Amino acid sequence: MPVQELTYREAIRTCIIEEMDANQDVFVMGEDIGRYQGTFRVTQGLFEKYGEKRIIDTPIVEPGFTGIAIGAAMTGLRPIVEMMTMSFSILALDQIINHAAKIHYMTGGQARVPLVVRGPGGAANQLSAQHSHSMEGWYAHVPGLKVVAPATAADAYGMLRTAIRDDNPVIFTENPGLYALKSDVNIGEGESIPFGKANVVKEGKDLTLVGYSRMVHVCLKAAEMLEKDGIDAEVVDLRSLLPLDMDTVRNSVNKTHRAMVVSEDWKNGGYGAEIAARIAEDCFDELDAPVGRVGGLNVPMPYVRSLELLCIPNENDVVTSVQKLFK
Amino acid sequence: MAKPAQVDLQETPAKLENFYRQMLKIRAFETRCNQIYRSGKAGGYLHVYIGMEATAVGWLDALKIGYDNVITAYRDHAQPLLMGTDPVRTMAEIMGRSDGLSRGKGGSMHIYDIENRFWGGWGIVGGHVPLGAGLAFGSKYRGEDRVTLNFMGDGAANAGVVFETLNMAALWDLPCIFIIENNEFAMGTRLEYHAADTEMYKRGLPFGIKSERLDGMDVIQVAKDAKRIVDWVRENQKPYLVEIMNYRFSGHGAADNDRQLYRTKEEETENEKRDPIARLEAYLLANNLMNEEKFEAIRDEIDTWADEVLEEADKSPFPEPHEVYDNVYTDMMPEQGH
Repeated sequence: MPVQELTYREAIRTCIIEEMDANQDVFVMGEDIGRYQGTFRVTQGLFEKYGEKRIIDTPIVEPGFTGIAIGAAMTGLRPIVEMMTMSFSILALDQIINHAAKIHYMTGGQARVPLVVRGPGGAANQLSAQHSHSMEGWYAHVPGLKVVAPATAADAYGMLRTAIRDDNPVIFTENPGLYALKSDVNIGEGESIPFGKANVVKEGKDLTLVGYSRMVHVCLKAAEMLEKDGIDAEVVDLRSLLPLDMDTVRNSVNKTHRAMVVSEDWKNGGYGAEIAARIAEDCFDELDAPVGRVGGLNVPMPYVRSLELLCIPNENDVVTSVQKLFK
Repeated sequence: MAKPAQVDLQETPAKLENFYRQMLKIRAFETRCNQIYRSGKAGGYLHVYIGMEATAVGWLDALKIGYDNVITAYRDHAQPLLMGTDPVRTMAEIMGRSDGLSRGKGGSMHIYDIENRFWGGWGIVGGHVPLGAGLAFGSKYRGEDRVTLNFMGDGAANAGVVFETLNMAALWDLPCIFIIENNEFAMGTRLEYHAADTEMYKRGLPFGIKSERLDGMDVIQVAKDAKRIVDWVRENQKPYLVEIMNYRFSGHGAADNDRQLYRTKEEETENEKRDPIARLEAYLLANNLMNEEKFEAIRDEIDTWADEVLEEADKSPFPEPHEVYDNVYTDMMPEQGH
């Protein structure tokens, strides 16, 4: 299989192009994705390539166009809905949670919703309180949805293919801080990455850092810093929140006996708490310290960069929290 | 006001008898739904179509059943009965049984017969309206000429997502007929208390959608209007909006026990004169197409049919506990246990 170095953004675009070429039923809809080339340029060039039938610029009405995509998916089409930011998907929660997630169940298996809702989730750069939400934990609460949050270009490419080919509604969250990040990507129609398989991205023996999306990179930086303190951290990239691969997390924690869960979302009631609770339930006898959590500050995202940076967990926050586990 | 009904002898006697039978079937089925709700064999929320029968009968008569799409809200028993959906499986679903269309996962508000392209069966007021436009989008995308009937109530016609959908349906020329069934009440709130402009057909006009207010109580006129509009939409591949003036004789739902909170007995009595079944009977009598004896025979036949449907559905067992996990996903089980 050819290997190409791609940015996260290019990896997503490449996968969309390949899937659109392979299957006429795949189309993309969203705000400013066509003529404007996409707010984060993920869909750059697609309008010129496929035209307005398959690259559909919508009015700025998330509930309406998400609902239309769901209806189209019920007829067998495979829509990819781009949310300009996942924060705007809040408007479409009724369509996603009360409709898409329930259809297969309510119909007793008669109808399917092969829908992908994708877009940047989490803080970007001074977009302030209404554009910086991490929504993946909210969605991962909902049975009937699948929720993934790839951390690398390779995963974004392979998991988007899985998402597009999935017959269930998939929330595919991209962090705006990852779009320019490059990695080697295995390109090809057979290249896909299944959901529910976490990845040990760095092995270690003293502590398990668990993260997903951009926080995986924060965990890796923290692991480097911790090495100087003589702490050998293992880093687990969850990749997929629902389904969730607790086996990999458990195996790691049972080996290292300490765990720190890192997520960008507000710490209070976030998905990090779910992971931490599961580790506590499953690995209690193996733990040498309470399960730790690092999360975003419990405030609306402020505008000014200095305060914004305080809110988003970084490697120093992780190191400080980890050190408490070793006292 | 609604357009007045015209005396029309163009429909064949066979077709008129079919209309009569269909309306009676809906009423008989719904009457039994109310009964089983009271006796505890149906639970949750349950909304019957009594009084509104002519609307569904007339509109579905204009469709290619099994090819065209139909979607509606939670008052959803009539459409599948008209589309050839197994009435026993429909009743079994309302009773939460394993032979139900969704094997007891949906209930009265969530009836689906996807193979026949009856797409439900939805509980969030206005929420299914974009889905209906999505069905039309799907057929347009594939170059098919299916027409979608997108039913909603007068309450739903105020929802933001409905306006969003009307805009996109017009923008993208979706072959979708938005049918606002104006039965004058959004649950227990009278039309003039919930709508700034009570002429609901106007909601299509800002988007350039052809829009009309039509009668929904005279099945012959309904069928005629429906055919004209369905044929136009199929031919022109554009949306259409109609406001259908009808009236529900029952409460909003089977749990609505005090209709006098929002309407008087006198008003109900007055509206019962609009009964679509009685109206068709009068027409059939006046034109010597049927007599009382024949009415009685058909009523008996349909009552027997409805009793048998209920009896048959009641034989179906409740689902097994393990089935609770089925159909959350197409390809994996959800996590199990509390």
